[in-house]
Amino acid sequence: MSILVDNNTRLLVQGITGKAGGFHAKQCLEYGTNIVAGVTPGRGGETWENKVPVFNTASEAREKTGCNATMIFVPAPGAADSILEAADAGIELIICITEGIPVIDMMRAKVGLRDKKVRLIGPNCPGIITPGQCKIGIMPGYIHKPGKVGVVSRSGTLTYEAVWQLTSRGLGQSTCIGIGGDPINGTSHTDAVRMFNEDPGTEAIILIGEIGGTGEEDAADYIKKHVKKPVAAFIAGATAPPGRRMGHAGAIVSGGKGTAAGKIAALEAAGVAIAKTPAEMADALIRRMK
Amino acid sequence: MNIHEYQAKELMQKFGVATPPGAAASTAEEAEAAAKSLNTSDLVVKAQIHAGGRGKGTFKNGFKGGVHLCKTPAEVKELASKMIGQTLVTVQTGETGKLVSKVLVAQSKEIARELYFAIVLDREAQAPVVIASTKGGVNIEEVAEHTPELILRLRIDPALGLQPYEARKLADYLDLKGELLKPACAIFHALYNLFIKTDCSLVEINPLVVTNQNEVLALDAKFNFDDNALYRHPDIVAYRDITEEDPREVEASKFGLSYIGLDGNIACLVNGAGLAMGTMDIIQYAGGKPANFLDVGGGANEQQVTEAFKILVSDTNVKAILVNIFGGIMKCDTIAQGIINAVKAVSLPVPLVVRLEGTNVAAGKKLLKESNLPIIAADDLADAAKKVVAAVK
Repeated sequence: MSILVDNNTRLLVQGITGKAGGFHAKQCLEYGTNIVAGVTPGRGGETWENKVPVFNTASEAREKTGCNATMIFVPAPGAADSILEAADAGIELIICITEGIPVIDMMRAKVGLRDKKVRLIGPNCPGIITPGQCKIGIMPGYIHKPGKVGVVSRSGTLTYEAVWQLTSRGLGQSTCIGIGGDPINGTSHTDAVRMFNEDPGTEAIILIGEIGGTGEEDAADYIKKHVKKPVAAFIAGATAPPGRRMGHAGAIVSGGKGTAAGKIAALEAAGVAIAKTPAEMADALIRRMK
Repeated sequence: MNIHEYQAKELMQKFGVATPPGAAASTAEEAEAAAKSLNTSDLVVKAQIHAGGRGKGTFKNGFKGGVHLCKTPAEVKELASKMIGQTLVTVQTGETGKLVSKVLVAQSKEIARELYFAIVLDREAQAPVVIASTKGGVNIEEVAEHTPELILRLRIDPALGLQPYEARKLADYLDLKGELLKPACAIFHALYNLFIKTDCSLVEINPLVVTNQNEVLALDAKFNFDDNALYRHPDIVAYRDITEEDPREVEASKFGLSYIGLDGNIACLVNGAGLAMGTMDIIQYAGGKPANFLDVGGGANEQQVTEAFKILVSDTNVKAILVNIFGGIMKCDTIAQGIINAVKAVSLPVPLVVRLEGTNVAAGKKLLKESNLPIIAADDLADAAKKVVAAVK
């Protein structure tokens, strides 16, 4: 079992003929993801990799192929628009990999998603993977192994670190979600934890957070009230200076809010096992699972 | 990105935000001319640097204060000549101080009341939030801590923007009534417009003042801009003053690297922002102090790795370097080759610990070993942190 994506996912790739989009779509295809369509405006009618039909619009792709998820690689100036286009086409799951989208564009896009039944993951994220079934995003497929641990994270390489630790200790993953490092995104830590909690195929959860915002505190609150499954967490940025943006636009401590210490305290109070360093994420979970 | 006070004034004038008249000057003569054109005997001269605490600062030439009131253009000229080209040290600049290359000459105002007004893009609200307080001219974070009841937070619907009734509500809260109501609402709308049109993440007017002549004016302004949106604002980018920035950060940004200088002695080079922060944390946990944050990104090439190394070794505080790469799409052998080339190009002055994991890791480790360079290999993240901390002791 898994959440959001599996063997039944029929994937559209927006920006499939671009350099990054094409490269990563190919990796997904090789992993076994069922890519059924691509969109590049003005290039409808082409066939990508002799296999996948390219359409001019997302709604045409939806109509002709029944795609139920999309992976967006459109460059930052047009990415928020592509999210809206996918939502308008009725595609249920939108995964936006693009980084560097202006915050005001994302703020407006979220207004556009208000009344639509869609789930947005990202932007500025590595994507989502259900090992052995479906990989949507830029993560290296081979480090994953099918299993029962759910992983949710704001950071790409830190997720790989956690997954690799799990896999090399023999623990597989149900689904791994990168929710992205931007201040305004589609899926929160709490959303992901709730889905993992409700998924019978997930038996334990690793939550990876970082400084900035209150997403981890909100998740801690939810875990305290609803989650009986073992949870381990690592919060990056304990040593980051306040007021500086650490790579991710969302990773900034301002006005005393969003500190690592505050997040760790909230998670500990919710019964979450804390990994003191990023080298101990899997071990912290294993200790809690015993 | 930060901008100077005089640039903020220009920007506010462009958007119709009422602010005391004034202009920037690069020489004492320009300052005198600016003072003459203001045609007033209430003048103020302000040194233009990004740091705060200017009024109480001291110039390295002994001249006291980066902000002075005076009456005549001749006095403005005299004051400007003591500030321009001199280095100002304030509580925020550190001992090295900041070079003053411009002064702002403006009309000084007699202030009846000081208020606070800000617009921030709030991540929890996922919308712009206006913050207003009757306690202006002081640190708003202290007001929030000690007298939170004196702060109004108003979420603005991003689809609608600031509505007239909301502006009136803010004016009422700030007790701006009678003939002050209209100019107050005008300033709120102009600031909201500026905020949205220039992709700000923060606009802070502290203080917003009521003068003895019953004017409502933005006296001092702080703007933060969304770096992701700068591509569509060449006029804002033109305000960038790289002499105000850490030269290492400027150099890194040229090569698409995200670098932030810190004050420790263990440099790190990592792929991914989260892992880069995590690496800083584990260095500290192992008893060391990180010298920087450096994210080479997901698709760094050999040249970027070489440039990153150059920046790291140019910091004389650095006593050891830790490279931590989790190769996903980026292959470990490519990274290893980049490290080897970089080490050869910069002739490594300090110990180097390398931890590689991920795609083609065996090939990467083999390349490093066969290079015969003095590289300390680490098995995992914990081992790497331990080894690099040991190397500086």
